[in-house]
Amino acid sequence: MADAMSGRSPVREDAATHNGARAAGVDAAPPATDPLAIAGRTLRSRLVMGTGGFSSLALLADAIAAGGSELVTVALRRIDPAARGSLIDVLDAAGVELLPNTAGCHTARDAVLTARLAREAFATDWVKLEVIGDEDTLMPDAPELLRAAEELVEEGFVVLPYTTDDPVLARRLVDVGCAAVMPLGSPIGSGMGIRNPYNISLIREAVDVPVVLDAGIGTASDATLAMELGCDAVMVASAISRAEDPVRMAAAMRAAVNAGRLARTAGRIPRRLHARASTPDEGLADLA
Amino acid sequence: MILLNGEQSELASGETLAAALERLGVTTEQRGVAVAVDGEVVPRAQWRSLVLSEHARVEVLSAMQGG
Repeated sequence: MADAMSGRSPVREDAATHNGARAAGVDAAPPATDPLAIAGRTLRSRLVMGTGGFSSLALLADAIAAGGSELVTVALRRIDPAARGSLIDVLDAAGVELLPNTAGCHTARDAVLTARLAREAFATDWVKLEVIGDEDTLMPDAPELLRAAEELVEEGFVVLPYTTDDPVLARRLVDVGCAAVMPLGSPIGSGMGIRNPYNISLIREAVDVPVVLDAGIGTASDATLAMELGCDAVMVASAISRAEDPVRMAAAMRAAVNAGRLARTAGRIPRRLHARASTPDEGLADLA
Repeated sequence: MILLNGEQSELASGETLAAALERLGVTTEQRGVAVAVDGEVVPRAQWRSLVLSEHARVEVLSAMQGG
C-alpha cells in the first residue's frame, strides 16, 4: 500500500511492490523461506513433525509428504513382535532425519539412558530431551531437565530440550550447551495454542540458538503466530495426526509456518492505537 | 529368572543376549533396535557375546510412533 506520507504516487508504489515480490519469489507456491541451521545441519523445512497419533503408517507417510518436514520425532518402546510394518522403513522412504525423543521419562537418569539407547538404535546423536514432571500437564521437570541436558551434552549429544516458556530456564539450557530450545506454547496435546506469546518473544531475545515452538499448537494460525514471534521452527504432532484430515492439516501447517517466517522476516508494521491512512490526501477532489 | 521386556522368560543363565533377542524375532542386524541389560546400554557389537546372568533384566526397544 502507498504510504500517505511518502509523496510518491500510489500507482508507482504498487508497481514497485509487485516487481519486488516477483523478484523475491514470494508469489511462487509454496513460498520458499530461508533454510534453518541447527548444530550444523541445514533444514529447508521449518516444520518438525511428530510421528505419534497417526492411525496408520501409510497416513503418516502421506502427512509427512504434505507437510514437507525433513525432521521427525520418534519414540523408543519395548519391541512388539506382532507389530506390522516398520516405522523406520517408512521414515527412511520418506527421506526424513530422525529426532528421537525421551517421552515418558520422569528423571534425568531415565532420560539419559533412553537417549543412549536411542543413539544406539537410530545412529544419531540428536535427542529431543523430555523429562516430564507432572502427569496432568506433562510439563517439564526443570531441575531434572537441566541435569539431563548437561550430562547428555557432555556425552556428545545434540540436545534439543522440551522446556517451559521460561526465558531464564531457556538460557540456562543453552548455557550447558543445548543446540536449540523447544519451549511449549501450552500443554502437550491440548491444542490451546500459545498461551504466553510474550514469553516466547522473551525466549527469542534470551538465547542465540534456534527456538522451536513445541507443544500446544492446535491449528495453522498458532504455527504462524509462533513464527511471527521469532521462533525458528515449529514442532507439530497431535494437531496434525489427530485432525479429521491429517494430510490436509499437514499441508496447512506447512503453509502456516512459511507464512509466519515470511512475515517475521518481512518486518511487520508497528501496532498503533489510531488509524493511519494508506491513501494520500493530496489531490483529493473538492466535492463540497 | 531372566526378565525379558518385563516378562518372565524361559531363558536360562548362560545363554547369550542374541538368543534372547531371537525369542523376540530380532536379528543382530536388525535396524532401529536397542538393548539394555540391567539398566545399561549394550552396544550391538556385544549382542552375540554377552552372556546373561541368572537375574538379568533385558529390555529390547525399537522405534515407536511418538511426538
